[in-house]
Amino acid sequence: MKVAIVKYNAGNIRSVINALKRLGIDPLFTDDADELRSSDRVLFPGQGEAGTTMAYLKTHELDNVIRSLRQPVLGICVGMQLMCRHSEENDTDCLGIFPTEVKRFQPLVHEQKVPQMGWNTIERLQSPLFRNINDGSFVYFVHSFYVPDNEFSIATTDYITPYCSALHKDNFYATQFHPEKSGKIGEQILKNFLEIE
Amino acid sequence: MLAKRIIPCLDIKNGETVKGTNFVNLRSAGDPVELGKSYSDQGADELVYLDITASYEGRKTFTDLVRRVAAELSIPFTVGGGINELSDVDRLLNAGADKVSVNSAALRRPELVNEITSHFGSQVCVVAIDAKYTEEKGWKCYVKGGREETDWGLFDWAREVCERGAGEILFTSMNHDGVKEGFANDALARLSDILSIPVIASGGAGKMEHFRDTFIQGKSDAALAASVFHFGEISIPDLKHYLKSEGINVRL
Repeated sequence: MKVAIVKYNAGNIRSVINALKRLGIDPLFTDDADELRSSDRVLFPGQGEAGTTMAYLKTHELDNVIRSLRQPVLGICVGMQLMCRHSEENDTDCLGIFPTEVKRFQPLVHEQKVPQMGWNTIERLQSPLFRNINDGSFVYFVHSFYVPDNEFSIATTDYITPYCSALHKDNFYATQFHPEKSGKIGEQILKNFLEIE
Repeated sequence: MLAKRIIPCLDIKNGETVKGTNFVNLRSAGDPVELGKSYSDQGADELVYLDITASYEGRKTFTDLVRRVAAELSIPFTVGGGINELSDVDRLLNAGADKVSVNSAALRRPELVNEITSHFGSQVCVVAIDAKYTEEKGWKCYVKGGREETDWGLFDWAREVCERGAGEILFTSMNHDGVKEGFANDALARLSDILSIPVIASGGAGKMEHFRDTFIQGKSDAALAASVFHFGEISIPDLKHYLKSEGINVRL
């Protein structure tokens, strides 16, 4: 199976490569449109800031390439946020694959720290992406911005407010959490993604 | 709800895991990669690998070890010890570490914290603070693995690095470390009250009750320990079941 990871100016994708290698996949790390289009699966991970990453995608014409992909695509963390319509982070227009907003967490009390950093549960799971995963499973999050609940939500998490922690529309999937850092649960989710019909 | 985290710490010297009592008298406790995997399988939420010799011998952290750990481990891990400049951070993140912890170098040159967070984001920057309490001076920060006192008070320094963009504070009480009579919960609670970032408690774990106490009285977001885990005095599954039975939200 040919699996590609989108190469752009978002930090630390080493852990995604390592996680795929543990599943027996040696992924391509590329920004080449033909390579991305001809892959069986494309992963779009990322840590970073929406404005500068989105500007980079546009400059390198990766925005149109990602939007036009037909195979299963998985956005992770900032990758998921960039697949939405607009982010409050530096008032950034994003890819618009999911017609949703990305908002900043607004803590209600001092104990609610931003970013959310650590393990939280995913509930109301409804997708082949979560085959063999139980509601209430813990996965690893690091983020300051979130996607509110919406019609494309396939998982919900509660931090400050209940919000959408995974998305699905057509061939596009996305998780706010890091499956590559979520132990055996995350490994199963990545495996499910590789096996999606 | 976000879970409280249990973090085994692996002190590394010459590629081996060691644990000191009050920062001296080191005992060996196994292969770092195997030990890390085993902790991950048992339910550890994160790991910390500290190159304990680096800060005073000026050695670089073991990048090859970090690379091996990153290849094997599917949970987040932090690397610390001997990080003096941005290029050290770049090298360790490239090797696959999720976060770096800085200690002495930040006290020597606080701008390092700004540099790390503006290049790589706040989430990768853990500031480790070793501090000791005395009647006459209160809580004072130490450098060089607890060998040298600085002018910085614990709370002022924690506030300072928080303002400079640090993502987390890892506070080790030198009074409590290795003594196994519980964490420095008064100081930890005060840190949690004045900071807007997570606080990791370190130093003093001896019994399971100590973890409960630091999550409740100490208001800690995470608790770090070494020897109680390395020598099997506390098993992580037992600890997590105990904490859950005490009403603390943990990942099981």
